[in-house]
Amino acid sequence: MKNIEESRRGWFYVSHKRLPILLLLPAIVLMLFVIGFPMLYSLYLSFTNFTLLSSGSAKFVGLQNYATLFKDQVFLRALLRTILYMLIAVNSEFVLGLLIANAMSHVIRGQGVLRTIMMMPMMFAPVLVGFQFKWIFNDQVGFINNILFEIFRRPVIIPWLIYKPLGFITILVAEIWMSTPFMIIIFLAGILSISPEIMEAAEVDGASEWQKFIHVTVPSLTPFIYIAMAVRSLDIAKAYDLVSIMTGGGPAHRTELIWTYVYRLAFTSQKFALGSAMSYVTVIIAVLFTFYLFKQLIKTREGA
Amino acid sequence: MKMHRSSRTRHLPSKIITFVVLALFFVPVLWLVLTSMRPNIEINTRPPVWISKSVNLDSYLALLGFGVNPERFAFGENVPFGDYFRNSIITAASSTFLALFIGTLAAFAFSSFKFKGKNSIFLTLMIARAIPGIALSLPLLVLFTRIGLSDKIYGLVIAYTAMNVPFTAWLMSGFIGEIPDELTEAALIDGCSRWTAFLRVVIPLVGPGLAASGIFAFLTSWNEFAIASVITRTTASKTFPVGLFDFTAEFVSDWRGMCAMSVLMLIPAVIFVIAVQRQLVRGLTLGAIKG
Repeated sequence: MKNIEESRRGWFYVSHKRLPILLLLPAIVLMLFVIGFPMLYSLYLSFTNFTLLSSGSAKFVGLQNYATLFKDQVFLRALLRTILYMLIAVNSEFVLGLLIANAMSHVIRGQGVLRTIMMMPMMFAPVLVGFQFKWIFNDQVGFINNILFEIFRRPVIIPWLIYKPLGFITILVAEIWMSTPFMIIIFLAGILSISPEIMEAAEVDGASEWQKFIHVTVPSLTPFIYIAMAVRSLDIAKAYDLVSIMTGGGPAHRTELIWTYVYRLAFTSQKFALGSAMSYVTVIIAVLFTFYLFKQLIKTREGA
Repeated sequence: MKMHRSSRTRHLPSKIITFVVLALFFVPVLWLVLTSMRPNIEINTRPPVWISKSVNLDSYLALLGFGVNPERFAFGENVPFGDYFRNSIITAASSTFLALFIGTLAAFAFSSFKFKGKNSIFLTLMIARAIPGIALSLPLLVLFTRIGLSDKIYGLVIAYTAMNVPFTAWLMSGFIGEIPDELTEAALIDGCSRWTAFLRVVIPLVGPGLAASGIFAFLTSWNEFAIASVITRTTASKTFPVGLFDFTAEFVSDWRGMCAMSVLMLIPAVIFVIAVQRQLVRGLTLGAIKG
C-alpha cells in the first residue's frame, strides 16, 4: 500500500521531514538577505561615525552614539510622544470603532454599500491622507478655517499645524480618520458572527439596548478586539508617513515622533550613525512589545 | 404588525449615528474629487468659494499628457505621470506576485506540518513586521548603493516582497488551516496523486485567501512611502507616493493637480478592494475566530 502511494506521488514526493523546510526556504533566504542582514549592518554602523558624505572613512567609535542618544532630550521626548500617540490613537479608534460598528449592525438595508464607503479611508496611502489633512487644516485656505470663516463672518486664521497642542491633535485626527474603519470592519464582522439566539435570549430577559451592548456584544467580541488592537498598535509604533507629510516633526520638534527624528538625524543632520543607533534602540523596544503582544494573543486563544 | 413598526423606529439613533459618521468619513473623499476639478484660483482665495463656477477635467488631461493647462500654479503637464504609473504598477504587481508565491509556500509549511522550531520561525517572521520601513531604509540605502540597486525598480521589488511575506504567510496559514484534512484525504483515496489533490482541492479553496492577501500586499507596495522616499531619486524608479511631492514648491502648491493624481492613484485600490471585500474581511477576522 505504502509503495503504491509513494510511486503515485512521483516527482512531487519529498520526505515528510524535509518538505516543510523546503517550503520555508525561499521565505527564510529572502528575509535574511533583505531584513536580517541589513539590520545587522545597521547595528554595525551604529558603532561607527559613518555619514552619507564620508562613507569611505567610517571609524569604530564604540558606544559613543548610544551614550549621546540617552542624553538627548529630543529623543526621549519623541519616544514618550510616540507612546502617547499610540495610546490615544488606538484607544480612540477602539471606542469609535466599537460604537460605530454596533450602530451599523442595526442598519439592515444597504449594509454592503455602507461598508464599502466606510472602507474608503483604508484605501488611501498614508502619504495621501497626510497631504489631504495638511490642506484641510491649512491656516489660510483650509477647509476647516473656511468653515469657521462662514460661521464667524470674518477671517479666522488658526495655524492648526503650528500651535503647540494643536499640531499633535490635528495629526491624531488624521490618524484616527485613516484607521478607525479598520476597527469598524473587524468589529462589524465580529458582531455579525454573534449567534442570534444569544441576542434573543437577552431580549427575552428584558435587557435594554445598552445592556445588550455591554453584556453580550462586547464580551463576544473579545478575540476580535484583541486582534484589532494588536495589529493597530504595531502599525502605529511604525508611524512615519503621516507625520512626515503634515509637519515633518516640527515646528521645533513639537510633533516629533521617533521615526521622523530618525529620518531627520540620518538624512537632514548628516548623523547617519546616530540615526542608526536610535533606530536600533526603537526596533528592540518594538520587537519586545510585539513579542509580548503575540504571547498574550496565544494565551487568550488558548484560554478561550 | 406591531413587530414591524417597532423594528423600524427602534434603531433610529443607530441609523442617525451611522449616517453622520458616514458623512464624516466621506467628506474628505468628496472634497478630494471636487478639488481636482476646480481652478486653483478658486481653491486659493478668501473668502472661500464653495460653489465652483468652472468644473472641468483639465487637471486630469494635463497629467495624462493631453493639451496644456494654461492656469497659474498648475504643474500637471510637467509631472511625469506615465513614469510614476509604470514604476508603481511594476513594483506593486511583481512584489505582490512574489510575496504570494513565497508566503503561500511558507504558509503550507506552518499549517500542514509539524516540525522542529516551527513556532520560533513563525514568531521571527511576525517580529520582522515590527521593523518599520524607515528603519530598514537606512541600511538598505547604503547597501543598495554599493551593489547598484539604488534608484532601481528591482531594489524596491525586493524590499517590498520581503515586507509582504510575513503578513501573507500569516493570512494564508489561516486560510489553509481552515481546509479540513478529510477533503484532501478523500481526494487521495479517490486515486488523486498528492500533486493533483493539491491542484484540484487545495488551490480552489485557498483562492479567496490568495485574493485577500494579494490585495493587502498590493496596497502596501502601491502606497509605500518611507523606503521609496529614501532609495528612489529619479523618474527611473520614483513611485506615486514620492511623485506627489512634485506638486509642492517652496511657496505655492498645485492642490488641484495633486488631488487629480491622488484620485488616479486611488482608482486601482478602490476597484480591488470592492472586488474582494468579502474575502478581505474574512481574512482579517480569521485569526480571531480560529485558534
